[in-house]
Amino acid sequence: MNFYNDLLGISPVLIVSLAGLIVVILEALFKKGETISYFLSIISLILAGLFAIYTYSMYSTAFNGMVAVGGYASFFNFIFCVGALLTILLSKDYLAKRNINYGEFYILVLFATAGMMFLASGVDLIITFLGIELMSISLYVLAAFARTDPKSNEAGLKYLLLGAFATGFLLFGIAFIYGSTTTTNLKVISANFQNYQNDFLFWLGVGLLLVGFSFKVAAVPFHMWAPDVYEGAPTPASGFMSAVSKSAAFGAFVLVFIFGFNGTNEQVRYAIAIISVLSMALGNIIALSQTNIKRMLAYSSIAHAGYILIGLASANELGKQGVLYYSLAYILMQVGAFGVVSIVEREENKALNINDYAGLGHRKPLIGVLMSIFMFSLTGFPPFAGFVGKYYLFASAVQAKMTWLAVAGVLATLVSVYYYLNVVINMYLKEQPAEVLNNPEQEKISISSAFAVLISAIGIFIIGILPTLVTRYFEKLF
Amino acid sequence: MHKYIGLALIFPLVGFIINGLFGWRIKKEKVIGWFGSLTVGASFIVSFLIYLELVRLPFYERKFIVEYFSWIKTGGLDISFSYLVDPLSILMAMVVTGVGFLIHIYSIGYMHGDRGFARFFAYLNLFIFMMLTLVLADNYLLMFLGWEGVGLCSYLLIGFWYDKPFEKMTTSDAGRKAFIVNRIGDFGFLIGLFLMYKYFGSLNFNTVFSIANKLQVGDSTVFWITLLLFVGATGKSAQIPLYVWLPDAMAGPTPVSALIHAATMVTAGVYMIARSSVLYALAPTTMEIVAIIGALTAVYAASMGLVQNGIKKVLAYSTISQLGYMFLAMGVGAFSAGIFHLTTHAFFKALLFLGAGAVMHALDNEEDIQKMGGLKAHLPITYKTFFIASLAIAGIPPLSGFFSKDEILWGAYSQGSFWLWLLGAIGAFMTAFYMFRLVALVFETPPRYGAKHPHEAPKVMTLPLIVLGFFSVTAGFIGIPESFGLKNLFHHWLEPAFEDANAKLILESTHSTSTEFMLMFISVLISVGGILLARYLYLKRMNIVAKLTQTFSGVYKLVYNKYYVDEIYDTIVVKPIKWGSEKLLWRFFDVKVIDGIVNGSARVTSIVSSVVRFVQNGIVQFYAVVFLIGILIILWIIF
Repeated sequence: MNFYNDLLGISPVLIVSLAGLIVVILEALFKKGETISYFLSIISLILAGLFAIYTYSMYSTAFNGMVAVGGYASFFNFIFCVGALLTILLSKDYLAKRNINYGEFYILVLFATAGMMFLASGVDLIITFLGIELMSISLYVLAAFARTDPKSNEAGLKYLLLGAFATGFLLFGIAFIYGSTTTTNLKVISANFQNYQNDFLFWLGVGLLLVGFSFKVAAVPFHMWAPDVYEGAPTPASGFMSAVSKSAAFGAFVLVFIFGFNGTNEQVRYAIAIISVLSMALGNIIALSQTNIKRMLAYSSIAHAGYILIGLASANELGKQGVLYYSLAYILMQVGAFGVVSIVEREENKALNINDYAGLGHRKPLIGVLMSIFMFSLTGFPPFAGFVGKYYLFASAVQAKMTWLAVAGVLATLVSVYYYLNVVINMYLKEQPAEVLNNPEQEKISISSAFAVLISAIGIFIIGILPTLVTRYFEKLF
Repeated sequence: MHKYIGLALIFPLVGFIINGLFGWRIKKEKVIGWFGSLTVGASFIVSFLIYLELVRLPFYERKFIVEYFSWIKTGGLDISFSYLVDPLSILMAMVVTGVGFLIHIYSIGYMHGDRGFARFFAYLNLFIFMMLTLVLADNYLLMFLGWEGVGLCSYLLIGFWYDKPFEKMTTSDAGRKAFIVNRIGDFGFLIGLFLMYKYFGSLNFNTVFSIANKLQVGDSTVFWITLLLFVGATGKSAQIPLYVWLPDAMAGPTPVSALIHAATMVTAGVYMIARSSVLYALAPTTMEIVAIIGALTAVYAASMGLVQNGIKKVLAYSTISQLGYMFLAMGVGAFSAGIFHLTTHAFFKALLFLGAGAVMHALDNEEDIQKMGGLKAHLPITYKTFFIASLAIAGIPPLSGFFSKDEILWGAYSQGSFWLWLLGAIGAFMTAFYMFRLVALVFETPPRYGAKHPHEAPKVMTLPLIVLGFFSVTAGFIGIPESFGLKNLFHHWLEPAFEDANAKLILESTHSTSTEFMLMFISVLISVGGILLARYLYLKRMNIVAKLTQTFSGVYKLVYNKYYVDEIYDTIVVKPIKWGSEKLLWRFFDVKVIDGIVNGSARVTSIVSSVVRFVQNGIVQFYAVVFLIGILIILWIIF
């Protein structure tokens, strides 16, 4: 592969990073920079998405086998573009409403997206680390973006402290693996995998990597930061962090554990299964007692990390496809749900209580229907994408002879019905509060936000009815 | 014609979309109502035309799979949106759309003036679409889609009048209860599907059944699969132990009770077992469990029906009890008898509910039968049709209920045991009694409704009553037992569906016509006895009733309060989970932080100071401690 081909291969990352840099400069030059940043980010993300599609058939690696291009990488690059685009569409009015409409928000989203793209296409652990740091640092700042809001500051700081803590373990893991294998290249590790079977250092490294990734996907017991951070961060950023960055971490998780470490061994998969069960159980059960909708979605996102981990625990073809499919489905439904929350959130931290959704379905019919779709899809209700994704994941556990894991998964979904349904019940089957009835003009929905949630809902519906539209791209990944 | 089966599904879907999206713009109730009804009518016509096509075909060619597009395709799993047209599915489709059509028309009158008129019809149409998906699906996953979909519609419609209080709770609580209890059943169903996929490598009816056909009777995996599927059925079809949601489901509008909670959705479990008859035939233990649960539910629910005072409540318990009979039939291998009862029950139970709706309509939504009486004169059509339906459900020959129930009882005796038959017979006595207690208290005793002026319902409501009344009388003739020397058309029609299962079951060949006639005679006697006793007590000797309830007040209270099962479930299941979530896990893992920093200076001046505050607060440290414990556990598992 020559240099230009390599550049073409990583064109989505290049476009997004370049756009980020240009926006930084424009921000400094112009006074009303944020509108330019907004449109430029949108254009660059669309362009990057198109290039991701264009490079799909390359199936190769670039820069001496450091970065995967085409296939797998293209799929993830594409869904990150979708997630980032939806986030940006949702942010503008939200930020304006909260008086924090600064162009830096878009820059951070772009840089985080670039980090995710590296993360999910790194064939070398160095690239993985690079991606994870670029993404995380951008997210720390995003979490603290509402700088006059103490809660947001708290979120950013907490994320930073614990994130640094987790990064240490991740780096240690990479170092141990390097010490044991004398390489950081996943392809080389995969080829010589049988040599490391009894190497203590190697498996110690794998264990620490598992910890690092589990932190990034907010799985129990490395989840403690997630509810505080998602609650405190600006709402569209919460959606971005809880769905898109999680998908990116899962992209790397699959790449490292299934392709790099050949699905690892029995014990590690067992450990992943345990983390998965803990996440599903704890996330869902604690979500039951939440009254703040952002916090409820945060706990539910912990549970969803648990569902996706099932695919990694089974480490078979179906599991791999399940993780990929669910990543996309989860981006659409979680960003959509947080999008609705951001639309409903009228002023600073108001209307975040689930009771505030009373009668919403009658007040705002479209938003009500869309939110119901997100809730039902998150529950895993057919024919929405959440159902198909869960089906893949649970079936993979059955295929991997871990039926108990599938049973735990189905039981966990059963619990989750209660709190997701609660939102729908509030929207449709409760009388709206009197003060809302009296001043109905407060909730004006902007076109771009409405468009973003509508697109998410339509996407959920279409890939739920026709999952083959997505899954046919999983047949050849490299 | 069978290629157009998709049309039968599309019509109600179009109705749902149009009424759902534009219904609130269309101000005219008539347009909305008739449009919604006609889509279902059109769907019935499609089903009927396909039925005519099937009839003309030779016996073994009456089966088509119509594939539309692929749904999930991966590895070994290939599932399409494809529909199975065969005698069983088309019969179900005709029942669903036929009865559904009549109930839609009735609703035009019943829902008149309701502010959610369009929403109501949209939901009803969506329900028909989902129900057709359920019965026409050619694989278990698509069936599950319909299965969940009808549950969703049911929940939406139970909570339809969300501002109306319902007993000790609100209608939305009733809806939620229905949904959650059903999810417990669905949990079993889904696990059953996973097990099936693992064992058979497919979820398509054709593949699964043809592999199953080669298996030995008593296969242990098939036992678990069938048992788990049956758990799903106990949820959807309200059997012990998951029946608790159905009585509360009566919080919904009456046409909903008639359509969803009597005639169609609740029979989905019965249909599912009939469809999987080959699998069930391989698992005699499951069959026994099904039969016993069915028989017990039949008696248990009927006993609660004896003392309830809500007109719809009595009918709800009656439905649970009748569903029990259907499961009893499935359990003893009398599949075709079970489906026969499903069909006749759809007619007379829908009629009973619609009649109850007409009564409530006349009395300003009064449900308490103690405040009724004497309506015979004011509601002649409702009275007559209600009376006919009561005779039918009580099993008086030659009405439809007689033939279907009797076939089940005969099946229970000849293929099950004397005890199953006895339970069925006791249930039949209770059925006759509570139905005619209802007839007496609502229509025939002196009026107790105070100053209201009851009036007969409009034509749009009485016409469906008359049509259903006609079928309640005549539907039985398509399944006259062969002992009468005639051909049992119904059996013959369904024979291809149950052939393989019947071959597996070792049915005792001691078909004694004289025994059958004797049992038939006894069951008629029992029904007549129940009817006469009820009429005697409630029309002539009310004082005896009062005395009895006083003497046995303990038993009466127990039964009246539904054996306190709701309370028991609440104490042993619901409360512990809530407690665990709120008190235990929440306290420990969700140490929600410190609004402390917000207080005081109200603004965090510098990051540094807040770092100090955080560290002093110790919360982040606590998080890190949990993190470290996690690492130790993981390393311990790995090594």
